[in-house]
Amino acid sequence: MKKFIAQSYIYALIFILYAPIIFIAIFSFTESRVLGNWTGFSTALYGKLLSGSAEGGSSLMSAIQNTLVIALVASVISTVLGTIAAIGIFNLKGRKRQTMDFLNNIPMINPDIITGVSLFLLFVFLHISQGYISVTLAHITFCTPYVVLSVLPKLSQMNPNIYEAALDLGATPGQALRKVMIPQLRPGMISGFILAFTMSLDDFAVTFFTRGTIGLDTLSTYIYTDARKGGLTPELRPLMTIIFLIILIALVVINVRQSKMAQKQNR
Amino acid sequence: MTIKRSNWALPYFIFLLLFVVLPLLLVAVYAFQGSSGGFTFSNISRFFTDKDALGTFAVSLEVAIENTALCLLLGYPAAWILANSKFNRSRVTVVLFILPMWINALMRTLATAELFNTLGIGLGKGTLLFGMVYDYLPFMIYPIYNVLNKMDSSYAEAAEDLGATPWQVFWKVTVPVSKPGIVSGIMMVFMPTMSTFAISEFLTNNKIKLFGTIIQENINSSMWNYGAALALVMLLIIGITSVISGEDGRQKEEGVI
Repeated sequence: MKKFIAQSYIYALIFILYAPIIFIAIFSFTESRVLGNWTGFSTALYGKLLSGSAEGGSSLMSAIQNTLVIALVASVISTVLGTIAAIGIFNLKGRKRQTMDFLNNIPMINPDIITGVSLFLLFVFLHISQGYISVTLAHITFCTPYVVLSVLPKLSQMNPNIYEAALDLGATPGQALRKVMIPQLRPGMISGFILAFTMSLDDFAVTFFTRGTIGLDTLSTYIYTDARKGGLTPELRPLMTIIFLIILIALVVINVRQSKMAQKQNR
Repeated sequence: MTIKRSNWALPYFIFLLLFVVLPLLLVAVYAFQGSSGGFTFSNISRFFTDKDALGTFAVSLEVAIENTALCLLLGYPAAWILANSKFNRSRVTVVLFILPMWINALMRTLATAELFNTLGIGLGKGTLLFGMVYDYLPFMIYPIYNVLNKMDSSYAEAAEDLGATPWQVFWKVTVPVSKPGIVSGIMMVFMPTMSTFAISEFLTNNKIKLFGTIIQENINSSMWNYGAALALVMLLIIGITSVISGEDGRQKEEGVI
């Protein structure tokens, strides 16, 4: 009985959390311009989206492209910068370590709008023209701390002697890094990368303040402008449905695999 | 001789100085600068006499407190059930709770608003809170779940063996152990709620503005100094809350995924 109540609670919460997403998914299969107005089943929106002839036309497509390019560049750079930084921070002691931990925490504690406004002022102050570069730099700023925090635990799990052993056996520091250190840090780097990538994809506020006036749009700013003009581009509905399904499948596959691996180890 | 590995933190240190510390200092500089340059307190004092801004500030505070309380009230039992092996053995259920975080927040918000419209529910305070809980609940559940999941079950068993009732076990063992999770959950919900912009407008049809919106409006209409002053007010609150919660929020070195 207790179990039944507990599970009903969980499923009720999940249902409420997913209601709007399901709502979008259902209405991605009708042609109506207005969300919530069913005008018969149709896959026309999917067709238009996938053939690139969406109502927003090229601007929606370029927003999608910008989002992906910026997320990829920012998360790759964050992963490299964050991993190197984590190795450094791990080897720091005392005050220096505290200072780095403190500084690394700031971007995570700051709400998006503060990060956005403060970087906007920085780019104005330094006369850096705002566009792709400023947005990418801004994304690196809020992504890297998460990479650092994902890599640090792997460093403390690592046996430092293995690295020293590689050096003793004649490996150059570069080789020891590539062949010994990186493989052990890889799981942390990957989860940091994924985290950075998704944070960048989802960002709205920071992009909004740092994109300047050259008309650079990511998906978030596109949706914002679109909604303020009144009425969303209908093709966003199939787009969100597709993104949702990709993420759902990816996460379920990853987790089922992980729990299978855990079960094997337990045997 | 190899390069000292502690030096590897140096590039990131410089990066942080340039892109985190300097920008925050600039917020303070702009906040204390008059429109024609020169030091002034007028931007700050303007906030304390600006009825609009003060009103919005009060409303944001109220919404943020209510949202945080609701998320905690709904999220704690959920995290507890998810972490309890008697009720839940599947990681997938946990993943289902964090998954909405990966869907574009604006899109989710707009869908929520449309859903209310379709159901014939008028947009206002109620829908704002619902939408906010919807957006932030995963951020409350996840840190609490993480702590509870790692909790050594022998603590609870020991309490039971020593004669504690389940209720006592919950309040005297489980809740204190999960305190760091609660604190980081509150941090992840409270400040972001206060400072959201766009979301509150969409959920209330522009009826309710939150503090983030006035910052954005001022910056976008080139009133940088006043905008910076408002941002500084926000920063002070963040500083105060993180000092208060600092001792508990320390142990953050856990992977987030």
